[in-house]
Amino acid sequence: MVSFLKTWIGSFQEFLLLSGRAFTNLVRSPHYKDDIYLQMDIIGVGSVPVVLLTGFFTGGILALQMARALNTYGASSQVGAIVAITLVRELGPVLTAILVAGRNASGMASELGSMKVTEQIDAMRALATDPVQKLVTPRLIATAVMLPLLTAISDTIGLFGAYLVSTPLLHIISSSQYWSTSWQALQLNDVAQGLIKPFVFGIIIALIGCFYGIQTSGGTQGVGRATTSAVVSASIWIIAVTFVIDKIFVAMYSY
Amino acid sequence: MDGQPILEFKNASLRYDQTWALRDVSFSIRQGETRVIFGEAGSGKTTLLKAAVGLVHLDGGTISLFGEDITARKESDLFPLRGRTGFLFQEGGLFDSLTVGENVEYPILNSQAPDGHKQTNGEQIEAKVRETLRFVELEQTYNQPPSALSGGMRRRVGIARAIVTEPPLLLYDSPTAGLDPITANTIMALVAKERDVRNSTSLIVTYRYQDGEIMDDFRYDPEQELLVPLIGEQSPKRNRTKFIVMKDGKIVFEGTRHQMNDSKDDYVRNFIRHEE
Repeated sequence: MVSFLKTWIGSFQEFLLLSGRAFTNLVRSPHYKDDIYLQMDIIGVGSVPVVLLTGFFTGGILALQMARALNTYGASSQVGAIVAITLVRELGPVLTAILVAGRNASGMASELGSMKVTEQIDAMRALATDPVQKLVTPRLIATAVMLPLLTAISDTIGLFGAYLVSTPLLHIISSSQYWSTSWQALQLNDVAQGLIKPFVFGIIIALIGCFYGIQTSGGTQGVGRATTSAVVSASIWIIAVTFVIDKIFVAMYSY
Repeated sequence: MDGQPILEFKNASLRYDQTWALRDVSFSIRQGETRVIFGEAGSGKTTLLKAAVGLVHLDGGTISLFGEDITARKESDLFPLRGRTGFLFQEGGLFDSLTVGENVEYPILNSQAPDGHKQTNGEQIEAKVRETLRFVELEQTYNQPPSALSGGMRRRVGIARAIVTEPPLLLYDSPTAGLDPITANTIMALVAKERDVRNSTSLIVTYRYQDGEIMDDFRYDPEQELLVPLIGEQSPKRNRTKFIVMKDGKIVFEGTRHQMNDSKDDYVRNFIRHEE
């Protein structure tokens, strides 16, 4: 137990050091702009199809379930409002982040892990390049910028999915009523936390993915372990941080 | 061969957990000299090379590179010194995401990056990269990804990347490991050629005694464009190659090839090629 704790604390310390260096590099030269744009393309544009699909079906499922529950209380007209709040505040950011973690934290861990075990990271250092500056910071910037955008896309397509279920499919609400109740239900703080969360999740995903990649040891088996650990850790941290952000917003707005 | 050592280890020690990777290691190497390092797997040879440019940090002792103590230097402060050193990793260490040309180009672009001041334009850089790839006889691979190359070709591209900026010190980690004898001799011919064309200093980790023999017995003749035997004990190039044998992180032998051949130590004799 003591040795497990010692190992965990040691790893956490390494993680904090890596994070510190990644953030410090934001204001230090050189800046690898091409790498940032490349990562934005891989992480952002590359994730659009999966985000579109899951966002659409999440909205549809929410509308199906809510329609039945709200009908019990004669409140079917509120389906747009409830779907909008649930999607924008919670499900959109969290589901999108978990999907991106599955796709990109694993990708970062396996790519950097492979580079580590084939001595490419040592080669980079020997060629007078800081691997954190070259590999971690561009991924950090790209994920933190792209995840809020992906979440906004997911929320929008989710609302559209819920609309298709509520109006053309179930006929429980008119089109104009659906969109007006959805729009009116959203407060500034809903949108704020709907964008702050993915920004924070983006940082978590990039740092955890890169951390497990850079720490990889033990050949190709080690790369597999690093990939799994990155996805599991990132997913857990996303849920835990959601709770913390929710608690802060609940305390701020007392609703 | 006079003057300050280019690289000097003084009582260098390093441990991984409970295992000594380097133990009280002391030696120095001057301009134009070659050290060929032998030792069984896990004897600390690769760690020694990595410590030479600060890729691993010592637990005790000091290392001087180009006359500067690098033992307690920050990573970023080591970059200027690493820029003057070429490092060939065991498997080449080529970047998979870049083409062969981009890999060889990398050190040139990187050396210009810190102040953003470009001393050479794109055409000059490409010409230099192609010239270096020609040196290792692989110009035709310029646009290929490293994954399309054989092990020996990757090693040769690794050499091209290491020498493209013409660094005064070159570190080779097992340049011939796992290669067939013909390819291995081709690689060593390139290493000797690089040494003789640019009078560079070389530190070579290897398992093959023949690699040391090539470095000790041959020189590159630019007119014939091939390696020729060094004839006569009086040749000034004769004594520039020395041999080191490592065991459990310690240097157990350092001397010339003749001294190594005459050694009575059973461990040292393991690395000598015995005539049939």
